[in-house]
Amino acid sequence: MLHLLFLVPLLPFAGFATLALGGRRLSHGGIAAVGAGSVGLAALVAVAIALDFLASPPAGHAFDQVLWTWFSVAGLKVQVALYLDPLAICFILIVTFVGFLIHLYSVEHMAHDDGYARFFTYMNLFVGFMLVLVLADNLLLLYLGWEGVGLCSYLLIGFWYKHWYNGYAARKAFVVTRVGDTAMIVGLFLLFTQLGTLQIQPLMARAAAAWPQGSALPVAAALLLLGGAVGKSAQLPLQTWLPDAMAGPSPVSALIHAATMVTAGVYLIARTNVLFDLAPPVRTTVAVIGAATLLYAGVSALFQVDLKRILAYSTISQVGYMFLALGVGAWSAGIFMFITHAFFKALLFLSAGVVIEALDDEHDIFRMGGLRTRLPVAFWAFLVGAAALGALPVVTAGFYSKDLIIDRALQSTQGGFWLWIAGLVGSLLTGLYAFRAVFVVFFGAAHTQPRAGFRTGWAVRLPLIVLAALAVLGGLIDIPRGWAHLQKLEEFLAPVLPAAPLRHGGLAGALWTTFVPGVVALAGIGLAWLLYERRRQEAPEAQTSAAARYFLGGWGFDWLYRYAFEVPFLWFARVSRDDLFEPPVDGLARLTRAGWRALSATQNGLVRWYLYVIGFGVAVGILLVVLR
Amino acid sequence: MAHVPFEYGLYLAAALFLIGLVGVLVRRNLIFVLASIEIMLNAAGLAFVVAGSRWGQPDGQVMFFFILSMAAAEVAVGLALALLFRRAFGSLDIDQASRMRG
Amino acid sequence: MTVAFYLAGVVAVIATLLVVTRHDTIHALLYLIVSLFAVAVVFYTLGAPFVAALEVIVYAGAIIVLFLFTVMLLNIGHEAEGDERHRLRPVSWLGPGLLAIVLLVGLGVAIAGGATAQTGARVVGPRAVGVALYGPYAIGVELASTLLLAALIGARHLGQRHREPDAGSSATATVAAPGTGGTGPQTTLARDAGDAQPAAADEAPAPPPRTVRFWRKDDR
Repeated sequence: MLHLLFLVPLLPFAGFATLALGGRRLSHGGIAAVGAGSVGLAALVAVAIALDFLASPPAGHAFDQVLWTWFSVAGLKVQVALYLDPLAICFILIVTFVGFLIHLYSVEHMAHDDGYARFFTYMNLFVGFMLVLVLADNLLLLYLGWEGVGLCSYLLIGFWYKHWYNGYAARKAFVVTRVGDTAMIVGLFLLFTQLGTLQIQPLMARAAAAWPQGSALPVAAALLLLGGAVGKSAQLPLQTWLPDAMAGPSPVSALIHAATMVTAGVYLIARTNVLFDLAPPVRTTVAVIGAATLLYAGVSALFQVDLKRILAYSTISQVGYMFLALGVGAWSAGIFMFITHAFFKALLFLSAGVVIEALDDEHDIFRMGGLRTRLPVAFWAFLVGAAALGALPVVTAGFYSKDLIIDRALQSTQGGFWLWIAGLVGSLLTGLYAFRAVFVVFFGAAHTQPRAGFRTGWAVRLPLIVLAALAVLGGLIDIPRGWAHLQKLEEFLAPVLPAAPLRHGGLAGALWTTFVPGVVALAGIGLAWLLYERRRQEAPEAQTSAAARYFLGGWGFDWLYRYAFEVPFLWFARVSRDDLFEPPVDGLARLTRAGWRALSATQNGLVRWYLYVIGFGVAVGILLVVLR
Repeated sequence: MAHVPFEYGLYLAAALFLIGLVGVLVRRNLIFVLASIEIMLNAAGLAFVVAGSRWGQPDGQVMFFFILSMAAAEVAVGLALALLFRRAFGSLDIDQASRMRG
Repeated sequence: MTVAFYLAGVVAVIATLLVVTRHDTIHALLYLIVSLFAVAVVFYTLGAPFVAALEVIVYAGAIIVLFLFTVMLLNIGHEAEGDERHRLRPVSWLGPGLLAIVLLVGLGVAIAGGATAQTGARVVGPRAVGVALYGPYAIGVELASTLLLAALIGARHLGQRHREPDAGSSATATVAAPGTGGTGPQTTLARDAGDAQPAAADEAPAPPPRTVRFWRKDDR
């Protein structure tokens, strides 16, 4: 069964090819069948492979499938090879399964769009590239997938390309992640020149053997890879693209900007964890970036009025938690968070999509309200998702994953008190903004009525139901040690990801600290209830205070980047327009035009003039003959 | 008959031809242009006749004959066109007919 | 006889100069007749009496008369003369005069560089010319007659007047090219962009009305 691994990326690519070549000729049903079906089949294959892997794991808990040699040049041999281990299994299961649910949702959600075929074409291409990314055996193939998902992100953010803003948002996403990608490719250069290979497993082995811990080379390499991860996962300082990326359709936001692509950075760091362990300063940087980002995004989300932007900042914040986990050495906790986050964030985006669609593209939460009774399916889905996001204790998957991280932040030898506090504050903020959204959108007076006759079909409800169930039950694969011996995920990932080094004693050992996150989460939700449920009769918040506008604009990062980079660059381009190379180039054109004007003047339509010129020519001819 | 050096005949022809050329280049009235063209044709014919006389053969006169008939045909059609020109432009200024410019 | 040649030559040159410099059309044409007469005398002195006669009869007697008739038909009037006087400034003679002098010098040098010989050795009479014409040059004669026929038809066609169509329709003009092998395809010059009816109104009924104007009155 494992030898069918190649089908997992191949099926979405085949779907892409079919739709790219023949999408216009297929009916809506055909497009949906190919688009969603290819990912569904890939999901089935992935499940089969996972079951086979669990039943009888191959030697070393890893399965390598070489497909062909991409190129072999000057000592660098890069093969298209797929590598399957527990980490990869987690990712391919999530990507294909959640991906399939989102595709199914899109079958109905995007049904009225002119670009129906184009949408599924790009989505299939994206899933294919993401699978290449997580299954890649070597860093260059991973980079191929990395760039591919960046491309698809661009294509899908700018899906409704006719409006200028969507193109702008797509370009912004592409350019900002490019900054990170550049750091990453430089990191790949460094790794190759120093260690002689780009295949991940040999690379890790050689690095561990050759580089002492904390020396300059692993720090540099890890830092560069971190740069790439920061860009793709929208962490500080490269997070500015994700809120604008909400210009794309809701399924796109769900798949790419919540469940999968933004977690590519998490995957990269987890995959190269040996390297990061060799560079403790960088590991700490990962945790600090994660902590700072989760606070930054949490505060920003509190001031947003666009429903999808709240969810976007929420994504940035939750990925910050994943980075925090990776940074303190709780690798499997980070992956656990990825899994649960995929469930509830996709759920939130899809139900937000239902709300937005029902209100004819209204995004402003203060123009919504009272939708609890009118859109029950969306309400319950969003509620479950928000509860999971806010880590409602015990009954949601989010609780188990987030609290594990917060605990590890305190308990790990690489963690610390302030990281723990950051995690707690972030948890409070998360509950606050999540339920702010719930109360403002679904409770209170209705400011906008849903479209008459709006119904959600089974293609929309089924994914919502499945994701809601997973958001509730998905946490049971790894529950806290103190409660029961059910750490299936951690055990599963053990061959790949080292366990977090824990310290004992002091604050870390105190039992009461494990209850704090849960209490904080409840406090956040309660605070939201106090602030927003009571105020439901009041007018929408006026966002006129300077502080509010500052946080609304993402703490001024866009302004900063504009003046630090864009303005000087544009100035330079403008000044360079008339540099010293301009006159020769321009002069040639001007000369030609002058010549044209001169020659045109000779064609003035006057017979006498023509005869004159003929006479002149004759005179020249005769003189030439006579004077020889 | 007169025994004139044959170059003098050609000089005369050249002079007449060039006067006709100047007439075409300078005058704007269509009638004058056509008349100047006749002068040029006549001068060309003179050159032929002079050459025929130099060799003592009738070929020069035959050429003149053909030139003459061609000039007649041309004048007939040319003057008809002059009539149309006048009706189209209201004057006989050939500089008016410059639409094929540029 | 030699004197006659030089005298006639001088007269021809002077008369031709006067032709191109007159303002009044009729005066110019009369001077042209004088010039042609002088050239006829030159022909005679060169021993070509036949073409001398032809020059007078055909050239001066038919072609220039045709010019005169056309001038009278066009009825140019005195304002044209005023226009001519106004337009013909001395400076406009400068360029063409210069060109003519250059060409004259060039031609003169070219002619002088050739071999010298005497003319007028023999009188080549009409009989010799006729024999040559209907002998080796018979085809030329036939072609010349075809040419004249074409010119005849062309001139008649161009010169005919028809009832003008009402204002608002464009003008179609057919230009037959004489001497280039009969009538080519009709060239329709429909210049009015804004008019929808022109071509339709003109072509629809069986014979398209043949108008003789190229453009509408107000078109410039």
